[in-house]
Amino acid sequence: MTQHTDITMRADIRFLLGDEERSLRNIDPQMTVLDYLRLEERKSGTKEGCAEGDCGACTVIIGEPNGDGGMAYRTVNACIQFVPTLDGKQLLTVEHLKSKDGSLHPVQQAMVETHGSQCGFCTPGFVMSLYQLWLDGGEEDRGAINDALAGNLCRCTGYGPIIEAARNAGGVAANDTTEQKRRTDLATRLSDMVKDAGTLAVEHAAGRYYAPRTSDELAALLVAHPDATVLAGGTDVGLWVTKMLKRLDPIIYIGDVADLKSVSETETAVTIGAGVTYSRAHDALGRVAADVGELIRRIGSRQIRNAGTVGGNVANGSPIGDMPPALIALGAKIVLRMGDVTRDVPLEEFFVSYGKQDRMPGEFVQSVIVPKPALGMTFKAYKISKRFDQDITAVLGAFAIRIADGKVAEFRAAFGGMAGTPMRAKKCEAALIGQDWNEASLSAAQLALASDFAPMTDMRASKEYRMLVAQNLLTKLFIETSAPDVATRLVGKEAAHV
Amino acid sequence: MSDPSANSQTDDLLAPTAGLSGGVRTASKHDSGPKHVAGEAVYIDDIIEPFGTLHLAPGAATIAHGKITKMDLSKVRSAPGVVCVLTADDIPGVNDVSPAHTHDEPVLPDGLVQFYGQPVFCVAAETRAQARAAAKLADIEYEELPAVLLVDEALEKQLFVAPPHVMKQGDAASALAKAKHRRSARMEIGGQDHFYLEGQITFAVPQEDGDVLLHCSTQHPSEVQHNIANVLGRPANAVTVEVRRMGGGFGGKETQASQWAALAAIVAVKTGRPAKFRLDRDDDMIMTGKRHDFIVDYDVGFDDDGRICGLDIQYAANCGFSADLSAAIADRAMFHTDNAYYLGDVEIRSYRCKTNLVSNTAFRGFGGPQGMVAIERIIDEIAMTVGRDPLDVRIANYYGTDDRNTTPYHMVVEDNVLGDLTDDILAASDYRKRRADVEAFNAQSPVLKKGLSLTPVKFGISFTTSFLNQAGALIHVYQDGSVHLNHGGTEMGQGLFIKVAQVVAEEFQIDLDQIKITATNTGKVPNTSATAASSGADMNGMAARDAAMTIKNRLITFAAEKYGVAEAAVRFVPGKVIIGDQAELSFADVIKQAYLARVSLSATGYYATPKIHYDRENASGRPFYYFAYGMACSEVLIDTLTGENKVTRVDIIHDVGRSLNPAIDRGQIEGGFIQGMGWLTTEELWWDDKGNLRTHAPSTYKIPACSDRPEDFRMELWSSGRNVEKTIHRSKAVGEPPLMLAISVHRAIADAIASVADHKVIPALNTPATPEAVLYAVADVAKRMMQNVGQSMPAAGE
Ligand SMILES: Cc1cc2nc3c(=O)[nH]c(=O)nc-3n(C[C@H](O)[C@H](O)[C@H](O)COP(=O)(O)OP(=O)(O)OC[C@H]3O[C@@H](n4cnc5c(N)ncnc54)[C@H](O)[C@@H]3O)c2cc1C
Ligand code: FES
Ligand code: FES
Repeated sequence: MTQHTDITMRADIRFLLGDEERSLRNIDPQMTVLDYLRLEERKSGTKEGCAEGDCGACTVIIGEPNGDGGMAYRTVNACIQFVPTLDGKQLLTVEHLKSKDGSLHPVQQAMVETHGSQCGFCTPGFVMSLYQLWLDGGEEDRGAINDALAGNLCRCTGYGPIIEAARNAGGVAANDTTEQKRRTDLATRLSDMVKDAGTLAVEHAAGRYYAPRTSDELAALLVAHPDATVLAGGTDVGLWVTKMLKRLDPIIYIGDVADLKSVSETETAVTIGAGVTYSRAHDALGRVAADVGELIRRIGSRQIRNAGTVGGNVANGSPIGDMPPALIALGAKIVLRMGDVTRDVPLEEFFVSYGKQDRMPGEFVQSVIVPKPALGMTFKAYKISKRFDQDITAVLGAFAIRIADGKVAEFRAAFGGMAGTPMRAKKCEAALIGQDWNEASLSAAQLALASDFAPMTDMRASKEYRMLVAQNLLTKLFIETSAPDVATRLVGKEAAHV
Repeated sequence: MSDPSANSQTDDLLAPTAGLSGGVRTASKHDSGPKHVAGEAVYIDDIIEPFGTLHLAPGAATIAHGKITKMDLSKVRSAPGVVCVLTADDIPGVNDVSPAHTHDEPVLPDGLVQFYGQPVFCVAAETRAQARAAAKLADIEYEELPAVLLVDEALEKQLFVAPPHVMKQGDAASALAKAKHRRSARMEIGGQDHFYLEGQITFAVPQEDGDVLLHCSTQHPSEVQHNIANVLGRPANAVTVEVRRMGGGFGGKETQASQWAALAAIVAVKTGRPAKFRLDRDDDMIMTGKRHDFIVDYDVGFDDDGRICGLDIQYAANCGFSADLSAAIADRAMFHTDNAYYLGDVEIRSYRCKTNLVSNTAFRGFGGPQGMVAIERIIDEIAMTVGRDPLDVRIANYYGTDDRNTTPYHMVVEDNVLGDLTDDILAASDYRKRRADVEAFNAQSPVLKKGLSLTPVKFGISFTTSFLNQAGALIHVYQDGSVHLNHGGTEMGQGLFIKVAQVVAEEFQIDLDQIKITATNTGKVPNTSATAASSGADMNGMAARDAAMTIKNRLITFAAEKYGVAEAAVRFVPGKVIIGDQAELSFADVIKQAYLARVSLSATGYYATPKIHYDRENASGRPFYYFAYGMACSEVLIDTLTGENKVTRVDIIHDVGRSLNPAIDRGQIEGGFIQGMGWLTTEELWWDDKGNLRTHAPSTYKIPACSDRPEDFRMELWSSGRNVEKTIHRSKAVGEPPLMLAISVHRAIADAIASVADHKVIPALNTPATPEAVLYAVADVAKRMMQNVGQSMPAAGE
């Protein structure tokens, strides 16, 4: 064990591959889990279809103690997860599903029965997503199945037989005591594996990797390495490695920082720790406003939401990240910390310009504070993309509006995809505030929007479309807030009139 | 002796043979299913690599057109792990992998870059990561030349990869002049990336004498073999190509595998070490061809009923920088200009435009979809012009059975089932009532609008290059009665292997599990055609049956002689052979006896599709053995504020003749439909003004996801389906035709858009119907509606 800023360090990555313990030393910390499986373990069941988290062929399951004596399982994209993030966890792949006697697992059998594979290349990934559903008790609702499979692309089957397999496969029974005991034992085994072993610090010739366990450790490490790459879910960072072939050194992983993993909720706000995945933040943020929940449902895929964080989305600073416009419209703040000093920044001020955020070297995002809309305030968000599921936004409009006596009393409008950063449409807001909420003021607001933004043309949309659709989103807002009987949504209908 | 097309009487049956497990007409599971779900099916990247295997990565050009003035690869060569670097100078034989011998597709270009992203050199290193990293270190300078990126510009400059082609019947010009109504417009049709889940890959293993064994993910092992032999400067017998399965092909591995196979083969031969070339997804999408985008200009004449009485139509196909299969693909678009309709006097012109883009290639439907989507739009426009339900205009234009039955290439449509199929889909989909429901919905819904469309598919089956319609097979029966089956067809997920195995099981009357399905290998069955044109089961099924019949006939002769009965008295029934009243033996026992009596238990089989002939010069003949038919009715919902759209219900009835395997056929139909839907809706290819493809990964190129599959999806194999031709067990090909059922989706979206102006203004909807395209079309329709107030005729929509 090496000493590092008063933290006890440990060099070996410990995890379970199925039931087998692994203790890896001397491994390039930015090797992906997929490469590890295929090249080091020579387990080739898990496939590479894209190496960027978008096709799901590499789907594996990570199991870890759920803090409650049991296990929490989640699907992730092995192609963009780094091996050291497995520390203290169990990795399950398609090779682990058959029973000892060689018979297929119910989800595998269901796939065979429904003719759910054609070329079969996507199949191991689907099987793992189905296995996750099975572990969670099974699923028959088409919408829930869509959400669970949104991150698995199949080019052959058209999905029909796979959906049927999902419905037929069943799931583990809630009162299955053998399974419960298995999970409790496993959770204990995993906890024991890394208990008292110190903080993981991989110092390989190719690069260094630290996985602090507390915010204080994290803060200290970042002060010592202000140029480090902070790694949360890796759903952005992973691609820097697999697609841009970047070398990151050192990497400081925040996924094991226990006190960054909390979600707290009061009457007026929800606070999301920087280590909280979308999946875990989903319910609480859905209670802030139905459209926040719907927006999260459409971020990436189940696998991406099982890894990616709101903090990462914000820190990444992309002009087309989905959370920032919604959070800006809601008036969210982020809490940044450097050393022992923390500060709050209103989110809209955090995005300075394209590629530049108000974050100093050595500083990290600790949490995001999302206020709940005050009484009478309506929140709506509309994500426009070529495909409904797992697509990056072309334009996103998020609106918080309060109408009092037919007039717009308060209005905050924020857009993604319209400028170099997620940004408020201040002229548009000004055109509406204090006005009657009617077609005339709507037109004025739409006109004003054209002077708020000068969007760009790229592969996702032309600048003309971006402007036109952004203006039309105001119309949609108008209709949804003034004509509740009118159907306005193809997806996420539930959120339209709440 | 054995004539596989001399159909046995069981061919026409509807039910599987009783007592036989896995004969024809059974819904046998995909042979690899249990392996797929367990991660045990071996793809090329899964083959255990021998020690010392090298890995390749391409180095790409960063301009669309120009001369390489300097290529300094010293940093590449000295990068960690690099073992060798290849440029055009390192190609031992012919520097060409063009499939149709047009000599315009270099393995690596000799100084001239023809598209952005073209591989100009290639690195082999100890690991794939090292190769990819090294490939980024090249120092290359160019002298840029003007790049032609648009089809229109190529057309104007007369830049073609193959000569223009014309097809005609009657006199279109004078028919048009006489027509009561006339409409001309332009349609732009987008391309499509195959997005097979397994990218291009070859694993080359050096052999003695400088030979090479290639494990290659290709639909066309014979072509890869021949191309690589040429590139190596060796005879074809020095190269063996094997493929057990592909992780999807869809046409994208018909010609596109050769370049990577060639480079891997060169490295393997040069270094004596195994060499693997697996393209990264982004490189794959940038460097390999796609479905051709087209521009279609048309001028159609019709009467008050909407009956077409003259059509002049011009296709400009974007072929990219080289010919590849573009001539045949552009031809097939012409062949499917008619879809299901008698066009009367018609002139079809086709230009095969050369642009500085990646060379486009085969993709499920092979040009047919582009031809069909255009005529279906034309029909809808006619319907709007004359104010009839588009379905009625479709029916009015259907081919007749006794007259109005010649295609623009002068083939008589002999197997027309359009009328009966239409009756059945009308009933299944409840089209008439739903048309009224849609109108009622739209009347009360200002933002969301529904659209409905029912479109037919008639797709010609056979390679239009007639000599390709041949196939071979090889069957061994071992002494224990187990069977080894091999044929020239390749398995890409479509279920070809299981179907052919079912044919053999039926022929021998043995259970399917006695047949070992084996990898396609040029050493076993030579000189094969690509597994393409939907012909896989038709041709390889027949060839395998021929081989089985040869062995079976030998067994019959042997048994009749040995037991002293007439040959006609020897019958194969499930699991057994009945030898008159003399004996009843298991298949295995007959085999054992035959072996001891020195009867050969191995045979090749061969099949050449009958009846077809085509005079391309005069665009006349019978290029197709038969037609496959199907119909689909799609209902969609669009958002007129955003252009987002969603398919809410689909009804399909598809004619697969007498299905060889209903489960596999259903899989092809729904998979094809969804793939076609993607092509026509979300899948958009986008190049920037430098010719750089910016939709080169699934993050930017959107194929349908699970939730895009319509909530209400109803599909039937047509219960009256039967091939009038003597195909294998009277089945019909199913690989490509269902893709075009998805044209109903595009037309339903157009219908929904038209509802914005009460169907008084024709929407100019191109493909793909992305939210952006739909919103523009909505805005355009609304605008023209305002302009048209007071006018009675719809305006032309270009
Ligand atoms: C297939 C796919 C689909 C996607 N779909 C969407 C989508 O629909 N909508 C969308 O908005 N995004 C999408 N993304 C992008 C990505 O998932 C999100 O931006 C996600 O929120 C990033 O979170 P993460 O935890 O994975 O961040 P990481 O990748 O770990 O980090 C992202 C950035 O934030 C920094 N960072 C992370 N945490 C902190 C911290 N606590 N303090 C300081 N810096 C930090 C990192 O250094 C890095 O610069 C998608 C990505 C993929 C691969
Ligand atoms: S390989 Fe495509 S998501 Fe991982
Ligand atoms: S079965 Fe081929 S991609 Fe899904």
